Amino acid sequence: MIRPTPRAGSHLNRTEMGWRDKIWQINWPLIAVLTAIASVGFLTLYSAAQGSLQPWAVKSMVRFAMGISIMVAVALVDLRFWMRHAYLFYVISVILLVAVDLRGTIGMGAQRWIDLGFIQLQPSEVAKIAVILALARYFHGASYQDVGRPLFLLPPLLMVMAPIALVLKQPDLGTAMMVLMSSGAIFFMAGVRLWKFAIIVASGLASIPVAWQFLHDYQKRRVIIFLNPDQDPLGAGYHITQSKIALGSGGIFGKGYMMGTQSRLNFLPEKQTDFIFTMFAEEWGLIGGLFLLALYVLLTALGYAIALRCRSQFGRLVALGITTTFFLYFFINTAMVMGLVPVVGVPLPLISYGGTAMLSLLFGWGLVMSAYIHRDLPIGRRGAHDD
Amino acid sequence: MYHDNDRFKIFARRAVMLAGGKAVLVGALAARMYYLQVLESDKYTMLAEDNRVSMRLLPPPRGQILDRNGVAMAINQHNYRVLVVPEDTPAMAYTLDALSTIITLTDHDRARIAKEAKRRRSFVPITVRENLSWEEVARIEVNAPDLPGVLIDVGQSRYYPLQSLGAHILGYVSAVSENDLTGDPLEELPGFRIGKGGVEKIYDMALRGKGGTSSLEVNAVGRVIRELERNEGEPGVNLTLTLDTRLQEYAAQRLGDESAACVVMDIHTGEVLVMASTPSFDPNAFNRGLTTEEWKTLSTNPRSPLQNKALSGTFAPGSTFKLVVALAALESGAVTPDQRVFCPGHMQLGSIKFHCWKKGGHGAQDLISAIKNSCDVYFYEIARRVGIDKIAEVARRFGLGVSTGIDLPNERSGLIPDRAWKRKAMKQPWHPGETLVNGIGQGYVLATPLQLATMTARIANGGLAVEPHVARDLITDQAALIRPKPEWPSCGMSQKNLQLVRKGMFAVSNEPGGTAFRARINQDGMWLSGKTGTAQVRRITMRERETGVKKNEDLPWKERDHALFVAYAPEDNPRYSIAVVVEHGGGGSAVAAPIARDIMIEVQKRERARMAGLNQGTG
Repeated sequence: MIRPTPRAGSHLNRTEMGWRDKIWQINWPLIAVLTAIASVGFLTLYSAAQGSLQPWAVKSMVRFAMGISIMVAVALVDLRFWMRHAYLFYVISVILLVAVDLRGTIGMGAQRWIDLGFIQLQPSEVAKIAVILALARYFHGASYQDVGRPLFLLPPLLMVMAPIALVLKQPDLGTAMMVLMSSGAIFFMAGVRLWKFAIIVASGLASIPVAWQFLHDYQKRRVIIFLNPDQDPLGAGYHITQSKIALGSGGIFGKGYMMGTQSRLNFLPEKQTDFIFTMFAEEWGLIGGLFLLALYVLLTALGYAIALRCRSQFGRLVALGITTTFFLYFFINTAMVMGLVPVVGVPLPLISYGGTAMLSLLFGWGLVMSAYIHRDLPIGRRGAHDD
Repeated sequence: MYHDNDRFKIFARRAVMLAGGKAVLVGALAARMYYLQVLESDKYTMLAEDNRVSMRLLPPPRGQILDRNGVAMAINQHNYRVLVVPEDTPAMAYTLDALSTIITLTDHDRARIAKEAKRRRSFVPITVRENLSWEEVARIEVNAPDLPGVLIDVGQSRYYPLQSLGAHILGYVSAVSENDLTGDPLEELPGFRIGKGGVEKIYDMALRGKGGTSSLEVNAVGRVIRELERNEGEPGVNLTLTLDTRLQEYAAQRLGDESAACVVMDIHTGEVLVMASTPSFDPNAFNRGLTTEEWKTLSTNPRSPLQNKALSGTFAPGSTFKLVVALAALESGAVTPDQRVFCPGHMQLGSIKFHCWKKGGHGAQDLISAIKNSCDVYFYEIARRVGIDKIAEVARRFGLGVSTGIDLPNERSGLIPDRAWKRKAMKQPWHPGETLVNGIGQGYVLATPLQLATMTARIANGGLAVEPHVARDLITDQAALIRPKPEWPSCGMSQKNLQLVRKGMFAVSNEPGGTAFRARINQDGMWLSGKTGTAQVRRITMRERETGVKKNEDLPWKERDHALFVAYAPEDNPRYSIAVVVEHGGGGSAVAAPIARDIMIEVQKRERARMAGLNQGTG
């Protein structure tokens, strides 16, 4: 019997917890690691502004504080609430994506956000979480046999493809890839047969030449330059070349806090957003880079622990889905600045300056924590109390 | 609870697999970090330094040029410039308006500034005007609070205080052109000037000095953050010439408006004291930049002011060449000093009649009297006896037909013809008559005034192959070294023969009837020995000879004879040689000799004054 059960002698009735009980259940290690990562961000943003809290560090702190509040609030809400409304969130996020296509603001050559007046909403960030919730709900009630039926897999596949198509239209290749990969992780965890993945991967590879036709010129250029960055060191390859110079010149111990020449003298582009890891690793060296990597690994491990500790399939899938999304964020970002993958606009989670990403990520971690708080809550097929 | 157990098992197994995949990815990240930050770190550290550090060259001050007495001939002047930094001035148009009330600004200037401001980054200073006067600088400084972003900068520019005096020897400096690039990074500096012509060109590398460097930290757009290191470089070598500017000035005055050249040199050391070429030009104009009109006037002037006629002008030496012919004849034994040749006024060779300049003839002439009277028939005869090849051989030993090796650019080597040359250049055999014509310095023979002065020096110093130079010191790329005492090789001429020729030259300017008797020097110890020359530039036809040769003054300037005179002084203890050539000036004795006499008096006076000064100083 591996299934998690309430500890013997526990006085808690986990099916019906009061607010007070839930607050006691808040996962402080999770908050601590998140705060540690965010603090690295504040420190680096302070340095990016040449030793000034303005314009980035303070705003980032305020957003983090807001984000943590949202996270705790989300965590305290009953996990069944999130499950019951999973499809609703999904539909709303798809509507937002359509809306941004119709009348979104153009930024950086792509339509990416809607100005709601008080906040600039990036529907693609919302979609990342909504897709995970919807898939988790769909697979929550599925048995191993269900998952084996191809027809059963058709609805979730469509659920994934719709937002991906809309995101690609913006065009936002990075988000599309992340939605695709984190959805893939959920399919995988739900028990979809491995040979089906093999077929998908094989056909995916086969369709690359076709997909190539649909890429924008700047995306094609990025891929080509990724494959051969020295071809155009001052043009489009400039970002990645300068990033590698900054990283490499940091060496083992770094150039010292606020002493990174590449970033301080503006050779490094986008140092407060997509290339912030480079700046950090230039100033703190290999030691600092590995330390940050360790923090992210620790956070991922916490996510796994929560997922494995969760009694409901919905909670497990949500926890693992969010953790995987987060992992993809930091992997794609760091791999990109190190020249391992092409340049795609993916921020370093909790560190890069940028509002929506931080809020939506902490919202997601709120769901993970909710899964933790309600880990022993058995959930029925439709999110009811129990079957 | 339905089948949850199975699902959890699958979930747990797959979680391990997924975690394994992620571990591989994290491993890849760590490995990449290790590769970039440890293995390749040195390479990237260097690239980062390259990014960050920008080397700026600091132009070294150009070496000064002084005459033998320390008189400045070429110096560096402060060039005050007013600059404006666009990003520091709130409204460029307003600032320029304010500036134009203080200094004159043309519309052209304003258009250029506007254009540059658009093209350059906003922190790069733009030159508003150069060569400001002190007053203008002061006015700008006083009004500085009203002129944000305006600053004064001091550069260096070349200045030749003596203007046209010695311009041909000095040369000039001007902007670097594509063909001048030698790889010295200094040449890439905007506004850098290099020597063009004269010693400015020949000793350019030494005068330039070594550029200093300033390592600056710059950001991605090139803005200077701070200076990291500074290396001042080395200033250019100061160059002292052998010229005497006072004598040079006197010579230039004496030559006046004629198209003429004069060289005075020390017959023992080869030091050139005077090298004048008139008309001259103002080298400052080249540094400033010539207007099209100025350039047109200079380059189309028939008296070619830009050419240094002392070494680039080649002239038929006329009778001055007879000195060489006499030496060749004595050397080959074709004539003895006492042998006489009768001059009836002409000489018949085959069917052609060769005329003497004196219509009635000179009668019987020996070597000395033939030199004194410059008798053409005598020299026709001995040239015929010696043959052109021997004459050419001796001429070359005296520095004719070959470059003297002087440390100035554009020297021409003139022409000393012989049989081999004619066969090669004209594909024709040598005619005996040509020996006669060339024997009196006409025909093919060409020489520069500098060569004539050198030839005279070699005759006067006892047959030593002295070579002229204008830099007092031995100049290397880095320094000026003291020139070793020269040991000139011998021309291989017997002293007895040289003495005979010198005796003839003495007669020319000191015995009544000598062609330059009127240009003699009477002062004690300054006596001058010389040889006149008058080079025809057009053929005199038979008809003209019958009707009477036209007087020079009646001819157009271009057809008049060249007047030449070579000499050395003082007679008893020779020290200086001189060559004067007045292009289309008329007769050597009437025009060139008096000029040479006056200059030689001045040269010797100056030397005496110097000696007196020295004696006073030491005694």
